[in-house]
Amino acid sequence: MGSEFVQLSLTPILIGVLASIACALPGNFLILRRQALIGDAISHVVLPGIVVAFLITGTVASVPMMLGAAGAAIIAVILIEAIKRLGRIEPGAAMGVVFTSMFAGGVLLLEQSDTSNVHLDVEHALMGNLESLIWFAAEDWSSLVDPAALAALPAELPRIAVVCALVAVLTYLFWRPLKISTFDEGFARSMGIPTTFISIGLVIAAAVAAVAAFDAVGSIIVIAMFICPPAAARLMTNQLEVQLVWSVVFAVLSAVLGYVFAGYGPLWFGGENAVSAAGMIATVSGIILGLACLFGPQRKRIGEAAGL
Amino acid sequence: MWTTFLDALLLQAGYNAALVAIGAALLGIAAGTSGTFLFLRKRALVSDAIAHATLPGIGLAFILMVALGGDGRDLGGLMLGSAVTAAAGLLLVEWTARETRLSEDAAIGAVLSVFFGFGIVLLTFIQTMSSGRQAGLDGLLLGSTAGMLFQDGIIIAIGGVLSVVAVYVLRRPMTLVAFDDEFAEASGVNVRHVDLAIMGLVLGVTVIGLKIVGLILIVAMLIIPAVAARFWTERTEHVVLGAGLIGGASGYIGAALSASAPALPTGPIIVLVCALLFGLSLLFAPIRGVLASVLRHRRFQVRVHRRQGLLALVHGEAIHDRMTLAVLRRDGLIRADGVATDDGRAQAAKALLDERRWEIVRQLHFADGIKASLDGLTPIEEVLTRDELAEIDKRLGPPVVVGE
Amino acid sequence: MTGRAVEVAAQDGRILQQPPADDSPLAVRGLTVSYGDKPAIFSVDAVVPPESMMAIVGPNGAGKSTLLKAVLGIVEPLSGTVSVYGEPLAKVQERVAYVPQRASVDWDFPTRVIDVVLMGLYRELGLLGWVTGRQRKTAKACLERVGMAEFANRQIGQLSGGQQQRVFLARALAQDADLYLLDEPFAGVDAATEKAIIDVLKSLKADMKTVVCVHHDLATVSDYFDHVLLINVRKIAEGPVATTFTAENLQRTYGGRLATTHIDELRLPAG
Repeated sequence: MGSEFVQLSLTPILIGVLASIACALPGNFLILRRQALIGDAISHVVLPGIVVAFLITGTVASVPMMLGAAGAAIIAVILIEAIKRLGRIEPGAAMGVVFTSMFAGGVLLLEQSDTSNVHLDVEHALMGNLESLIWFAAEDWSSLVDPAALAALPAELPRIAVVCALVAVLTYLFWRPLKISTFDEGFARSMGIPTTFISIGLVIAAAVAAVAAFDAVGSIIVIAMFICPPAAARLMTNQLEVQLVWSVVFAVLSAVLGYVFAGYGPLWFGGENAVSAAGMIATVSGIILGLACLFGPQRKRIGEAAGL
Repeated sequence: MWTTFLDALLLQAGYNAALVAIGAALLGIAAGTSGTFLFLRKRALVSDAIAHATLPGIGLAFILMVALGGDGRDLGGLMLGSAVTAAAGLLLVEWTARETRLSEDAAIGAVLSVFFGFGIVLLTFIQTMSSGRQAGLDGLLLGSTAGMLFQDGIIIAIGGVLSVVAVYVLRRPMTLVAFDDEFAEASGVNVRHVDLAIMGLVLGVTVIGLKIVGLILIVAMLIIPAVAARFWTERTEHVVLGAGLIGGASGYIGAALSASAPALPTGPIIVLVCALLFGLSLLFAPIRGVLASVLRHRRFQVRVHRRQGLLALVHGEAIHDRMTLAVLRRDGLIRADGVATDDGRAQAAKALLDERRWEIVRQLHFADGIKASLDGLTPIEEVLTRDELAEIDKRLGPPVVVGE
Repeated sequence: MTGRAVEVAAQDGRILQQPPADDSPLAVRGLTVSYGDKPAIFSVDAVVPPESMMAIVGPNGAGKSTLLKAVLGIVEPLSGTVSVYGEPLAKVQERVAYVPQRASVDWDFPTRVIDVVLMGLYRELGLLGWVTGRQRKTAKACLERVGMAEFANRQIGQLSGGQQQRVFLARALAQDADLYLLDEPFAGVDAATEKAIIDVLKSLKADMKTVVCVHHDLATVSDYFDHVLLINVRKIAEGPVATTFTAENLQRTYGGRLATTHIDELRLPAG
């Protein structure tokens, strides 16, 4: 549990944890606003975004990739809104039209372009490569205070840390208007709260979190973390403030347990190779949600649903 | 390329290509029609959960078939396995939305991501389990018709025919439920059973579509045709027909395009053809298309401002609204300095007369039947007959002289 | 044709109406809102006199709630103007409190009664202000006024319909406004709640506030309100209840749908 852990496992676990928190925080509001599947839509359109970025820049450097992904996410959100409003189509169907079409476009572009010599493929986009984010320069725990070793940290770690901090600060800053406009949009508007700005801001924050997390851990975790920890947290409490704390706890738990199970689980069963950490993190978050559905103290609905 | 495309369209590009084109067309029809019912029930994205939930089934079926000493890539076995986990995912979505306080969209997202994540875990496990023989599996993510076996084509074609037949047989109860489930329930239709039938159909289409378009893009085939068809008509049966048509055409044209060039994967091409048809429908459909709506709304707004401006003229009120002024000027109802022209005065008087007539119409009992046109913007002569108008004018009472 | 119409114009009440006093709590002119190509309300003019209690009355789909939402800027009007105490709404937002329809929100939302009332203090609290003891006391006092003090820490989903409505009213009280706009405050509530709400509204009037309610129960209009606005997409009539809430005006508002017997039951002054 010394140098090997620091070198091989510390950074992937940290990245997984930060990515999970960055997605789970906005996820709380998305779920309460019945927009849970925005995360699903965003993580699908990331693929065409990075392919276009690759075709334009010719590199697989992270920054252009992330810009491409963010651009695609914003285009998708705009298209969904446009189809919803102009075509008077329900949100789910509008989302389904946009993200599947864009995803298909991404796959086609990928097949058409010569990407054989770079590491860019659909599976990578889905599963990420959490296991490969190793801290080569680290020798043991003392490397944490060694500037030379710290400088050689995988670039994904500081990036996701910044995004996670940004999402946390924004959530804190806009907590009150977010809560009021999520609960009662009409009242919020009558108080002069810019509800349109708030809801677009929320979706953009979610998109930024999704893109940053995707860069490190692949899109499948992103969807799972937007939904599973906040949904499980909702079943634990009737207080939004407490729910947020639970969602962070569940996100961390999923990331850590998922990584450990993926790495060591197969060994316990006599296997030799690790399985996908991203897939396992999603699976663990699902198990946590399943337990919350069965045993969560506040799992049953008591209030009247909206519009009844 | 064009000649090969034409060949493919006419089913002359080889036996396999023809099989794929026919299979894709049937799949498109089945997906378009069954997806319509899902869309009309406002549950379009349930298909997303179903589709992603097939992945662990594929993995499990592969592992099981290899463990039993068979070929892990047998399409029939994989389809069976995917159907089992997809059904489990579907039931979990329903259970979660019913038994817990989570809404259906959260349940859909949870099921799709967790099942898919677990499927990925299984795929990575399979990669380490038996070297070299898993190659066919990732093809099911995005579809791949290259090197499709003849027997696979037969399975897909038969599946497509069966689902189209099933939609045809069940079209009446499904239309009834999609249009108004309470009414359907009241007239003796078991809504829950019909819902299950819709889900079952969608599940079947998903499984059949795995090989051609793959599990991620089959969602497109289930949603896009229905949404596109919705722009063309307000009638449920016609949406179903239109969606089948759009889905079938996308499948057929997409498969033909794909056969005509090497780097055009079938799944994405079919979806993009479908998306193109959607875009055209969104913009240009005459009933609910954007262009038509914008023109209608604009005309309506002009009518509102015109009417308000005219009423302001009779009441001698100053008009400040810029759009009202612009509309009146354009129609020559006021001069540049804002004073009413002769034409303006005449039309203003007519507006006021109609206003009074409308008020009487609204009081009368027969008003209920024509409420839709009671906004007062439709010219009254279009709504009422001459006799009715004469009757109303009688009620206006004798003219009263007022100082003018 | 021209002469005839002008004569008719003289019979039309609107032409004789005085222009609205500039500082009236609420004045709307030519307000039109449409959803798609159907006007929800069409060219509505109305003036709410100071310190009045006004009911907005009309059949289902007559645009009552839409009128309120357009006044509050929640829906975008197609044309027309709204002024509140002589100013555009944005300038005097703190003088207006709004009680939406109870059914417009998800009561399964994870929050407590006291938190909902504290939402009414948002303007005071701002983005990051801590809730002080004084503000908590204000919120408690508002709950006290609607008889819900002992429910302060209850989860909102556990409330009955009437209790939910009282919480909404308490939130509006916390806003400490001059003009209160309520959307169907009496819909689906128990008798005790109805009594509690009307008592609060009457005490507001006594405090020189102005109250406007979308109201659906014709039988209570005369008891609860002093002014009434009858609309059915268009304004039908507006004025003191005693002179405006007449059988004739109701017939004009509801058309054939309101049975004559029903009007008789209201024992109205003859039109």
